Amino acid sequence: MNFFLLSLIKTAIVTFALLTLLAYLQLVERKVLAHIQLRPGPYRVGPHGFFQPLADVIKLVTKEGVIPPGANKFFYLLAPVLGVALALTAIVVIPFGPEVEIFGVKTAMGLTDLNIGILFILALSSIGVYAIALGGWASPSKYSLLGGLRGSAQMISYELPMALAIVAPLLMLNTLSLREMVDGQAGFYFGFIPKWSIFAAPAPQIFSFIIFLIAVFAETNRVPFDLPEAEAELVAGFHTEYSSMGFASFFMAEYCNIVTVCCVATVLFLGGWHPLWPAEYGSNYVAPLVFLIAAGILFYHGRQGLRRWDKVSFPATGVVFVLLAALFLVPVLQPYIVPLFWFAAKAGTIIFVFIWIRGTLPRFRYDQLMRFAWTFLFPLAVLNLLITALVVALV
Amino acid sequence: MPDFSLPAAVPISWYLILSAVLFTLGIAGFLLRRSIITVFMSIELMLNAVNLTFVTFSYKLKAVDGHIFTFFVMVVAAAEAAVGLAIILTVFRNRSTLEIDEVNSLKL
Amino acid sequence: MPSIPLDAILFLVLAAIAVGSAINLVVQTHPINSALSLVGVMISLAVLYLLLGGEFIAAVQVIVYAGAIMVLFVFVIMLLNAGAERPRTRLSFSVAAGVPVLLAFLSAAAYFILKKVPPAEGVTFGGFTGGSPRAVGEALFTRYLLPFEVTSILILIAIIGAIVLAMKEID
Repeated sequence: MNFFLLSLIKTAIVTFALLTLLAYLQLVERKVLAHIQLRPGPYRVGPHGFFQPLADVIKLVTKEGVIPPGANKFFYLLAPVLGVALALTAIVVIPFGPEVEIFGVKTAMGLTDLNIGILFILALSSIGVYAIALGGWASPSKYSLLGGLRGSAQMISYELPMALAIVAPLLMLNTLSLREMVDGQAGFYFGFIPKWSIFAAPAPQIFSFIIFLIAVFAETNRVPFDLPEAEAELVAGFHTEYSSMGFASFFMAEYCNIVTVCCVATVLFLGGWHPLWPAEYGSNYVAPLVFLIAAGILFYHGRQGLRRWDKVSFPATGVVFVLLAALFLVPVLQPYIVPLFWFAAKAGTIIFVFIWIRGTLPRFRYDQLMRFAWTFLFPLAVLNLLITALVVALV
Repeated sequence: MPDFSLPAAVPISWYLILSAVLFTLGIAGFLLRRSIITVFMSIELMLNAVNLTFVTFSYKLKAVDGHIFTFFVMVVAAAEAAVGLAIILTVFRNRSTLEIDEVNSLKL
Repeated sequence: MPSIPLDAILFLVLAAIAVGSAINLVVQTHPINSALSLVGVMISLAVLYLLLGGEFIAAVQVIVYAGAIMVLFVFVIMLLNAGAERPRTRLSFSVAAGVPVLLAFLSAAAYFILKKVPPAEGVTFGGFTGGSPRAVGEALFTRYLLPFEVTSILILIAIIGAIVLAMKEID
């Protein structure tokens, strides 16, 4: 098939999926946080607040976009656009699944594959600092300026341990292309231990994984490192003066960055779409099992619905889950959706950890944050890299 | 009537002339601007122009050495930026100005 | 259908962006405008490096130059709250004499480039694939190992120098 047409179709699918995901990620986050804090969360718009993202989008779009007097208009408007464009671009190098054949067309799941894939993501994230710095600088407010300085200093500082944590598994995978990385993690030791980077001989990368996760928490401005948006004690940060679409863009960029880093963590450390144990031992049936258990829980709770909607909405959702489970049992579809399920499950678990930690940990103070980066995380990342290099060189 | 159709392959000389133009603009900024920071950025522009020449000749000679030199230039530029900006900070602290013309006496 | 000269179009677009940004750098009075113009130059040069087959150098250009060095500049500009330069009151000697000299320099350079470089040779995308991270790494750690190690000492000196200069106030 025509290369341009194929790319266009794939881009349309990924864009649609990504934007929907970004809108619903926010609902998921609010729901999970609410349940951690023993409250129901968004509940009014649609059953269980299901249409809340829609309402939020309408609210943000119809609000008045205020440009504060004295702002540098060009940079004030450029900063959010830059932020969201860079965040969305990073998804193009992420491989979601193996090469498949759909209607006689052979294509890889994922938009493209660069031989400098991981450098591409690092480059985009290092340019992303400008969105924060400019957003803070262009707003005529001291709080924004200080917030922008704070945010960009934090991002620069945590980029170092993040890059060092990325380098360690690369020593064993021997490639910078994300697709080849996943291919390099295929297979199993003794037939059942997956060859993912965090388990791989000779140097399991479990510490790199933890350092990477801590660093990306700071890179994406999440709790416990969310100083750029400490609205309670520091009057938020670079986006204090933004309203309407400007604010929405920064918000979307942040969630998009979370999705990207979770995908990168999945590809680098968790073996991409490769299952946790081989297909001979029935890893293909994990997906239907998970959906069936979820459906069972929903049916059970639907019988004793506490609220007005529950008696209808729980069983209805349960039926949807049963249908999804049935979908995974169709042998023709299995090669397409089982890898996607594993990829989504791994990335989704990491996203859940992000939200879980937000509901659990308090915020660092700024000096603690910087000291943690430079005196603890950075030396640890260097040490981890040196040990990995030594082990790889010796074996 | 001269031929304005575009060539299928970009001549090497176009890249070199682009590099020369950027270098000249760097010199112009270096000589004409008076803010220390802009003068410093003009130096970076000149370094970038030279890097383009290195990479272009690397293509012409089909050897990777030009890329290595570009890499070293970047390292030197990074070191230079760190020290240079520290100097600018010190100058600003002592004189509270960034105008290069006003930093003209040796004593404080 | 004649094939579209995509190489030439890309080059001209990127060159226009680079030259436009560079001119903007020189004529803008506010340092932050100049700094972001320089970022524009660097990013269009990075794409030109890609056209020339230098994938690794293109990525490093964006990460190190645009993402680290220029962030430092923007940082200092924001920190010092540097305002716009005061406009010149009169045409100074440097403008009157400098611009013609520079134009002469540029035309001399262009003359020699056009005369010395044979016009037949052209750059097509994919004509040189030796700029991959693997090739650069091999060259860097075999033939250029000594300079590479020396640069790390240079960086160390720069770090110490920057700290000493910036710490002056504390003691």
